[in-house]
Amino acid sequence: MKLKKGIQVIDQGNRLGFWGGKFGGNFVPETLKKPIEDLEILFNKLKKDKRFIAERDRYFKNWVGTPTRFIKLENLTKHIGGAQIWSKVVSDANGGAHKIYNATVHCLLAKRSGKKIICGDTGAGYAGKMLSMAAKKFGLKCKIFMGAKDIERQQPNVKAIKKNGAEVIPVYSGSQTLVDAVSECMRFWVANCDTTAMCVGSTVGPAVFVRICGWSTSQISRELKVQLIDEFGSIPKKLKLYNCVGGGSSSFGFWNEFMDYDKKQCEFIGVEAGGPAKSKRHAAPLTYGSKIGILHGAAQYVNQNSEGQIEETESISAGLDYPGISPLHCFLKDTKRARYTAASDEEALNAYKLVTKYEKLRPSLEPCHAFFIAIKEAKKMNKNTIVVVNSCGDAYKDKKILVKRLGKKYV
Amino acid sequence: MFNPIDLAFQKAKKENRPALLTYTVAGDSSKNQSLIILNAISKYADILELGVPHNTPVADGSQIQTSAYRAIKNGIKMEDIFWIVKKYTKNRNSKPIILMGYYNMIFQYGERKFLEKCKKVGVSGLIVVDLPWPENKSFTKKCKKKSIYLIQLLSPTTSKERLNKIIKDSHAMNYFISMLSTTGGKLKVSPRKIMSNYLKIKKINPKKNVVIGFGITEKSIKSLKKADGLVVGSAICKEISVSIQKSQNPVTNVANLVKKLKNKIL
Repeated sequence: MKLKKGIQVIDQGNRLGFWGGKFGGNFVPETLKKPIEDLEILFNKLKKDKRFIAERDRYFKNWVGTPTRFIKLENLTKHIGGAQIWSKVVSDANGGAHKIYNATVHCLLAKRSGKKIICGDTGAGYAGKMLSMAAKKFGLKCKIFMGAKDIERQQPNVKAIKKNGAEVIPVYSGSQTLVDAVSECMRFWVANCDTTAMCVGSTVGPAVFVRICGWSTSQISRELKVQLIDEFGSIPKKLKLYNCVGGGSSSFGFWNEFMDYDKKQCEFIGVEAGGPAKSKRHAAPLTYGSKIGILHGAAQYVNQNSEGQIEETESISAGLDYPGISPLHCFLKDTKRARYTAASDEEALNAYKLVTKYEKLRPSLEPCHAFFIAIKEAKKMNKNTIVVVNSCGDAYKDKKILVKRLGKKYV
Repeated sequence: MFNPIDLAFQKAKKENRPALLTYTVAGDSSKNQSLIILNAISKYADILELGVPHNTPVADGSQIQTSAYRAIKNGIKMEDIFWIVKKYTKNRNSKPIILMGYYNMIFQYGERKFLEKCKKVGVSGLIVVDLPWPENKSFTKKCKKKSIYLIQLLSPTTSKERLNKIIKDSHAMNYFISMLSTTGGKLKVSPRKIMSNYLKIKKINPKKNVVIGFGITEKSIKSLKKADGLVVGSAICKEISVSIQKSQNPVTNVANLVKKLKNKIL
């Protein structure tokens, strides 16, 4: 399995949409073949269309707000005493997380295809919140599928979704988290694909959704590249990009523009959710060597039992609480371009305490997983190494959990 | 290749009626009970679809999901499903069995091993909901080598060109999804429209049997009786759920329902 240079990773899949010949694909009911093919044709055309790209960039600039900040975490760096720790504050984006990029692009595509309704899934509630924002902006009706357990633990985002005029559909099946929300959303699309567009909230799902999402979030690394050159005059000799990985949309977007650099220069570190310290359940299929299987239309490493039933996951961060992982990350893992590890719930909380103690930054529990590993590893590096952590979400949504686990003084 | 599914269609045609296909979930609500249900409905149904429960089903509505979750919760395993089929097909009056499910279950079991086992216990056909054409091309060939039909799904969204290609690669039986819906949705298209779509498919290769499924209930079955076969699934799964809720015997209730369905198409 080989990563090609000079070709976007999203375009390195084969004719049937498999990366490395085995990750991804389109394991979908026959009914969805046509809408997926239509979307593929539209996306392949528009991603080469200069006018469409200009339109996207205009919305990214004037509405999403680009570029998001790239800041040095001076105090944290001093405290750690190793590598320089920087952060790309993607939570600056309109709505407070990277999910806005994919949501915006899906709404633009839906408009082009003449669809009036858009449906989407959400875990932490960000994908749903952003999709509801974008749908409102572009005049589309919006339905958001969300696990009942996530509705309970991510109330601020649920309120935001409703405020934007979208309908929140609680999903009670299975573990009542993201995995079931995605299934229910796909089922809704099966039954309504003639009038409705679907937005998959991460770089998961049938191949075209993986590609659209990766194409959208790549805005993050496009900005970062410019910011790095502004700051250092060139891409640093030793650059390490840390990002949490759930479905994998923010990390893929954070890395994409640096794909062709040697990994000795630009190393990618993906941090999965290890779950509670003493629990056997986790949401880290790459770290813990889960077997390849099929989930939501794509072949990927996925937590499952020996029979092929998808296993429930457990993580403090709803956004990472997903048993599978993007085919793009399976591909990056097996081609050894990226390295993957996991942080536990407790470790993420510790990172939250540390970051908020030293910096004016409040990363949500998802990026706190990445902060934990970044801080741990930065200690052993010298000051010429540039560590960048993608702070891809804001902790506002985690208020309830933070109060419960850390007490009021941390919120 | 010889396949008992062909005989089932021939028999129904002789009686000038569509074949009646039922769908129940293996292990719903227990391993033994689902076997007893199969035995009880054998008298009225022509072909029995047996669902392999999966916990992330992307094409099933709430009724079948409920049945599948119930079966999984009660611990049903792949080996149990093969056991059910083996026990059932040993009956003299058994009808052809089609296993229906999602690809991950087959993928984890291993395609070759799965097909060998199917052959051994007497499975006649397979429906793999999320392995569409052309992704299923190689699996289709492997099925053929074992004389097992891989039944292709056709949908109202399937283009004419695609229909032609799928039917060309298909075995002697195909499955037309009546409307845009997950299983068990309300019939939101008129039976006349469904039949007109069906006839278009039938015309491509009249020799191949086409069954219609999704949204068929006691109410609507009669209006579609010109088809080669009709599948009732969610209505049966619902009957099981309701019986359990009311502490009634699902076996007799389901058998009665299938009997009624049969009477509607005679």
